[in-house]
Amino acid sequence: MRVVIVGHGMAGSRLAAELHARGGDRKVTVLGAEPHRAYNRILLSTLLAGKITEPDVELAEVSGQGVDLRTGVTAVAIDRAARQVRTADGDRIPYDHLVLATGARAVVPPLPGLDPAGLPDRVAAFRTLADCRRILATARGARRALVLGGGLLGLEAARGLAARGLDVTVVHPTPWLMERQLDAAAGAVLADTLAGLGVSTVLGVPATAVTADPDRVRLDLADGRTLAADLLVLSCGVRPDTALATAAGLTVQRGIVVDDRLRTSDPDVSAIGDCAQHDGVPTGLVAPAWAQARVVARLLSGEEPTARYRPRPAVTRLKAAGIDLAAMGDPGAGPGEELVFSDATRGTYARLRIDGDRLTGAILLGDNPAVGTVVQLFDRGGPVPADRRSLLLGRAFGTAPATSSTSPALMPDGATVCQCNDVSKGALVACWRGGARTVDEVVAATRAGTGCGGCRDAVAGLVGWLAAADSVAVPG
Amino acid sequence: MTDGAHAATRSGVRPREAATHCPYCALQCGMVLRATGAGVEVAPRDFPTNRGGLCQKGWTAADLLDHPDRLTTPLLRDRPGGELRPAGWDEALDRVATALRAVRQRHGPDAVAVFGGGGLTNEKAYALGRFARVSLGTRHIDYNGRWCMSSAAAAGNRAFGVDRGLPFPLADLGRADTLLLVGANPAETMPPLMRHLADQRARGGRLIVVDPRATATARQADLHLQPLPGTDLAVANALLHIALTEGWLDRAYIDTRTTGFDEVRRTVAGYWPAEVERLSGVPVADLEATARALATVDRAVILTARGAEQHAKGVDTVTALINLALALGLPGRAGSGYGCLTGQGNGQGGREHGQKADQLPGYRRIDDPAARAHVARVWGVDPATLPGPGVPAYQLLDSLGTASGPKALLVFGSNPVVSAPRAARIESRLRDLDLLVVADFLRSETAELADVVLPVAQWAEEDGTMTNLEGRVLRRRALREPPAGVRTDLEVIAGLAARLPGAERLPTDPRTVFEELRLASAGGPADYAGITWDRIDADNGVFWPCPDSDGPDRPRLFADRFPTPDGRARFHPVTHRPAAEPVCAEYPLHLTTGRVLAQYQSGTQTRRVAALRRAAPGGFVELHPELAARLGAAEGDELRVVSRRGELCAPARISPAIRPDTVFTPFHWPGAARANSVTNDAVDPVSGMPEFKICAVRVERA
Repeated sequence: MRVVIVGHGMAGSRLAAELHARGGDRKVTVLGAEPHRAYNRILLSTLLAGKITEPDVELAEVSGQGVDLRTGVTAVAIDRAARQVRTADGDRIPYDHLVLATGARAVVPPLPGLDPAGLPDRVAAFRTLADCRRILATARGARRALVLGGGLLGLEAARGLAARGLDVTVVHPTPWLMERQLDAAAGAVLADTLAGLGVSTVLGVPATAVTADPDRVRLDLADGRTLAADLLVLSCGVRPDTALATAAGLTVQRGIVVDDRLRTSDPDVSAIGDCAQHDGVPTGLVAPAWAQARVVARLLSGEEPTARYRPRPAVTRLKAAGIDLAAMGDPGAGPGEELVFSDATRGTYARLRIDGDRLTGAILLGDNPAVGTVVQLFDRGGPVPADRRSLLLGRAFGTAPATSSTSPALMPDGATVCQCNDVSKGALVACWRGGARTVDEVVAATRAGTGCGGCRDAVAGLVGWLAAADSVAVPG
Repeated sequence: MTDGAHAATRSGVRPREAATHCPYCALQCGMVLRATGAGVEVAPRDFPTNRGGLCQKGWTAADLLDHPDRLTTPLLRDRPGGELRPAGWDEALDRVATALRAVRQRHGPDAVAVFGGGGLTNEKAYALGRFARVSLGTRHIDYNGRWCMSSAAAAGNRAFGVDRGLPFPLADLGRADTLLLVGANPAETMPPLMRHLADQRARGGRLIVVDPRATATARQADLHLQPLPGTDLAVANALLHIALTEGWLDRAYIDTRTTGFDEVRRTVAGYWPAEVERLSGVPVADLEATARALATVDRAVILTARGAEQHAKGVDTVTALINLALALGLPGRAGSGYGCLTGQGNGQGGREHGQKADQLPGYRRIDDPAARAHVARVWGVDPATLPGPGVPAYQLLDSLGTASGPKALLVFGSNPVVSAPRAARIESRLRDLDLLVVADFLRSETAELADVVLPVAQWAEEDGTMTNLEGRVLRRRALREPPAGVRTDLEVIAGLAARLPGAERLPTDPRTVFEELRLASAGGPADYAGITWDRIDADNGVFWPCPDSDGPDRPRLFADRFPTPDGRARFHPVTHRPAAEPVCAEYPLHLTTGRVLAQYQSGTQTRRVAALRRAAPGGFVELHPELAARLGAAEGDELRVVSRRGELCAPARISPAIRPDTVFTPFHWPGAARANSVTNDAVDPVSGMPEFKICAVRVERA
């Protein structure tokens, strides 16, 4: 079987690896338009921050052993009748099954001064490694940067640039940041948090025009203000790259329409990742793209002919030095009860929605120790705890303290003082009454404190208490 | 506490006191035994591992020496379904030898199998491996250490070229700035080890524990990560991902002392913290704090134990943690490194000298022609007569009595009826054998099924060596003779060999056996050639490898090079995969198994000690109050835990220390509470380690 994968981004490279791992005598050809190795887009903001270098964003990829990886090769057309993919250099590559993993492209907003075909100097999208290089080249020597778009990616770009020491302003047209994931209160807390990290925000104002000259870029706003900077980063969403599919006559809406098997309107063609539209929505995230790659690999390898893609609800996570945000579902809407905790002064906010005993949505911002539990409850549909406070306070609540601070007098006789040797308070008291008068004598007689040694202090405390009680009790 | 006792040999004058080590776990706490009119007294001894500490198991170890359940005569079963009856030694050994010859004649030498244990001394483990390969001529020998150390062993060999549990002395733990314990609960499994951790804390070090339960150890930690069972590998990859993205790697070390990092780097690039948080439930902030604590200090140590290792991906999980250690430049750096906490008393030595299906003494591979030639020369046989590799423990036991499997099994120091995964199946396999022989000093659950039970000596009645969790070879010293009617394992092995074709005369004196072990191990990875009993006595133990009797031993490994062909450690890219048995609507909870402080392994010994029985009288099901409330279960209510393989019944123990999606049960008890009635027999493809630590169950009120 000949499988051709168009696209060597996170979805395409993952599919090649999944197929490779399953062995068999398939011939897999991967066409990657970008000239470099597969890389992890999630790490691009870390690359912007200067913490890592380009090799560190590379992903594991396979080539050889049945996988023919051709980077720097662009597919330009699909001939479905002949079942061939045509490349820019004129090759025709036959397939038995074709998988489109063409990804998505950054949206360039329709503003005067911005030509999607060629952005001005000092203006860059934030999507690809090439975009990243462009931003970094401009950022060198820059002092001020603007980021247009206060969604997740825009904020990641902003904190990356701020980490480089740039003075960063995020311009966002709606009244609060990440409005698709957050409510107004969370947005406000997030803006405060960002301000503390050197990222200021201009909210509720659309941009109207861009003016770029060789040493400055200016952004005009609808309220009449103009912001100037050395660098403008566009982060205004992405659009699935469907050009090949459309030209080939496949059904395309926002993305390439696929079913639960990730098949397009042509059963010999699948689509995965950002270019695909499953159940009405393009995914736009890496985890679902990888899940889709696994389903396609199971189907194509024959490992699991009944494999189906079941989307998991998205969990949006923004985690960087000083920021800890998790958002899932819509805690502001739907039936059921609502939990809210807000400590804006310390940058902590939590809002959860519970329907019956299921968690249906949550926003957690700041120090929320239960975030791991909350994410898993949302993900797996497990029942929420009867005492809801543990969802806000995490393990700090409800677990036994590490060490007992109970005073010896208040301990019940049956309480175990020494776990290693199973010695109770009662046994220690009996030992004292039997005539042992020093800690060493009590230890020798009961073996308390002879294992891990952790209860030595407790034994000494008890002996001290017994000695004191005795001196009081014995009439002088 | 005195350490003035002298070595005893069977021919020497019996002392009234013996400085020896505890019979139980791999910490091998130093202790002194004294014979008094009333029996045998135990006192702790100030040895570098236990520093004068003993847990309740150690203190009470002598209770079994004159226990009424002690076997003092061989037992025979005359017909299937009949009762075991007392018999003389000659009758018992003749019976075994005759049956072995018959099985061998009918089905060939591989129809006889040997199953050993990680509690046997080095001398016994060695003698057993030789007996299997030479006297029996079978390739089928394996041991219960396969269920204990095999995943860490395979990962260590793969990365470092050697498998020594701790490549540094235990005392190094006390000087670590950060200590990460993954799936280890020493506060309950080896309490005196906590003295080193107390040292560490007193010096301002940080302790971080990864465990799905808030164990006694985890409760003492500065940070406790409580992942979903079966996600440790992903957690480890995320820690390396964070170290990578924060610029915390030791690039110079990676460049000069390792190979293969690029593929690991590209693999962990796919383990960003948010995704691993979703998988494991460990908050990103905690992952970051852990990575920081490991990467930004001078001395950091990462240790694993069975919690990380007893999985169908145990080797890869340990490898992920070794990758992390290597990327941070820990192995070989003073006070830093990776290690595993070996479980059984001689879990280390027991895996070095030939009890393993694929192995010859000195940690040599049985499929290596040079190794075969060397060992065959020591044994005085033609290398061509040595059998090839056998199969790992579970596969071996699961084949017993089947058309192509062994028809006879000899068991030394093990109780698989309680300790094997999917135990009901293994129990029925054992019943299908033509001949089952068990050498033990108590009627274990496996002995109850045997055709012949051979009563053997206890630890206080024998001399020999053990290799502890540090790779330190120690002396076990006898206090007294075995009771009348009892023989040592070496005598049993020699008695059988003499009755088999070839009529080999094998030594029964452990020191003589050790001298032969030295020759056989010479030049191997675990080289004991330079170790003598006298040197052990003089030096508080000797660390292997020690090739020359007048050369140094090696308390610390890897300072300059790794024992690989190019001297470099090897990275291996590893990826997360789900547990072999995922939870589902019918079996919605994870079951994990483990130990309690007052019991040991299958409990054959510790369940018979009154004080330990008082402290830990029976099995239980630990569950979270939330889960208990949903089940309507109160403390002590009888619960049934059901998996696809079987069920167990035990009282509820309600505790917030466990995740609400997971239940825990200890594995020390037979019968209704037997944990392994439920566990999964899926095994690691590299090590053969069964997945004891996670399977899917439902819990109901019984």
